Amino acid sequence: MTMHVDLPEETIAGVLAKAFGNRSFLIGLAITLLIVTVALVSFVWTPYDVTRLVIADKTQAPSWAHWFGTDHFGRDILSMIMVGARNSIAVALVAVGIGMGIGVPLGALAAARGGLADEALMRVNDVVFAFPALLSAIMITAIFGPGAVNAIIAIGIFNIPVFARVARAGALAIWPREFILAARAAGKGMTRISIEHILPNIATLLLVQGTIQFALGILAEAGLSYVGLGAQPPMPSWGRMLFDAQTRMVIAPWMAIFPGMAIVITVLGLNLLGDGIADILDPKSRRRR
Amino acid sequence: MTAYLVKRLIIAALTLVLASMVVFAVMEVLPGDPARLMLGLNASADQVELLRNQMGLNAPLLLRYLHWAGGLLSLDFGRSYTYSVPVIDLVRERIAVSLPLALIALALSTIIAIPVGVFSASRQGRAGDTLAMSVAQLGVAVPNFWFALMLIYLFAVWLHLVPAGGFPGWNAGIWPALKSLILPAVALALPQAAILGRVARSALIEVLNEDYIRTARAKGLPYRAVLWRHALRNAMIPVLTILGLQFAFLLAGTIIIENVFYLPGLGRLIFQAITQRDLIVVESIVMLLVAAVILINLLVDFSYAIVDPRLRGRQ
Repeated sequence: MTMHVDLPEETIAGVLAKAFGNRSFLIGLAITLLIVTVALVSFVWTPYDVTRLVIADKTQAPSWAHWFGTDHFGRDILSMIMVGARNSIAVALVAVGIGMGIGVPLGALAAARGGLADEALMRVNDVVFAFPALLSAIMITAIFGPGAVNAIIAIGIFNIPVFARVARAGALAIWPREFILAARAAGKGMTRISIEHILPNIATLLLVQGTIQFALGILAEAGLSYVGLGAQPPMPSWGRMLFDAQTRMVIAPWMAIFPGMAIVITVLGLNLLGDGIADILDPKSRRRR
Repeated sequence: MTAYLVKRLIIAALTLVLASMVVFAVMEVLPGDPARLMLGLNASADQVELLRNQMGLNAPLLLRYLHWAGGLLSLDFGRSYTYSVPVIDLVRERIAVSLPLALIALALSTIIAIPVGVFSASRQGRAGDTLAMSVAQLGVAVPNFWFALMLIYLFAVWLHLVPAGGFPGWNAGIWPALKSLILPAVALALPQAAILGRVARSALIEVLNEDYIRTARAKGLPYRAVLWRHALRNAMIPVLTILGLQFAFLLAGTIIIENVFYLPGLGRLIFQAITQRDLIVVESIVMLLVAAVILINLLVDFSYAIVDPRLRGRQ
């Protein structure tokens, strides 16, 4: 199988050199790796057990024993943030997977077929876009009750039209190219061309959109958990921690400050990573800095 | 232009109809019988059946949809199961909080974002631009409800400048009511302004590289006039697109922010309704917000025609 991929006229070494010279890519990658590592480490070790309630230690200010302080049940905030990272990453990642898995084939199909199929897809897109993730989550919760899985579905549904649009727009730009014509002349079918030639050429676009939706997914999950529509206690989640912190702002502000900073840093890292990848891999992207 | 507007109008109407079918379908698959819910567990099967007939729950699916959708058009959403008052009365009361909040936030976000975008674009690559865009990059990553908590801590708990939450009602006077909306609006607006500012900047930079900008400069127009009059106007299309999308996020954000500040808006109502399983209220608010999103996007489409004369000339 031969593949034509429109890389900028440079080698892998050239791309790597560019990557190491790109500040937002490096910072973004470092932050993302840090958060993923923290989440993975939490499976085998956390400073304290997040399921053990130690009422004697409740709402303690940050100290050497508890770097980020303790919550109203005496649980260690740092440990909870570590375990919460798992939940955030899992929800956002699966939601991106749903969006890509369904949205990309739909978008590619619409671009390949054109006409009525294309129009139908765009109209369905409009409908889904009219339901912000929070509204879908509210409806899904009304049916099935709250939970992390429903948060994933709600955010995932919202991701579908996003990826469908990106894939469609990307594919539409590739279809008129000569190498597609050559593939058609060689007798390849629409599906095969889409998989073998279109997909590799829009991979960069999808990767960049993927990091953006990943970041948005983390924000959305936090929002849903905060209003009680996401992960349910005792499973620690960043949004839920902020909910618990709200009524205790005066006596224990650290309960709100640190989980919030975890969200900000994670989302910031992912956004920088996405910007960086776009800068490095897309020859047409103008330098933003 | 008429053809363009008519096409947009038809698409919006179609979207609205499809969305209402989705909401109706969700309502249909929901477990639980509204009649049983209203009458309580002790009601006999006959009583429930009677009420089901009265409520039209035994009619064929299509008829029920048409009845429900027809009601929506005349703003008749049905009666709340728990409060036994028309849903529209509940909604009207709450919208008086949510809508002003969303509009203030939208205005605030625009007022901040456009000048920042213009500032950054005109100083591309210089220190001021880098600083503004770093702040924007940070702003995009901040969840609005956490930002709200921080604002409460700073301005309400420490400085005692504004109330930490609650709403006195518009009857208490414009100022006290507005005062309790300031922090929520700022919390909603700033993260949105960060996104909008970035979009405005990149749209402007693109326009500033166009030939007609050089022409305008060459004929002796001062830079400021070119920037604000010629460039900004042409950069408005992407800005308007994002503004329309942001309204959807703002409405959703309002739901969450109202919970942070204990504001008696639609967001509080919808969560109350969920816990009380007052599903007709949930469905009505969802439908109302979806309609608002579709309407705003239609307005954005229309405003393209105003901003871009090329669309106006199209027949």
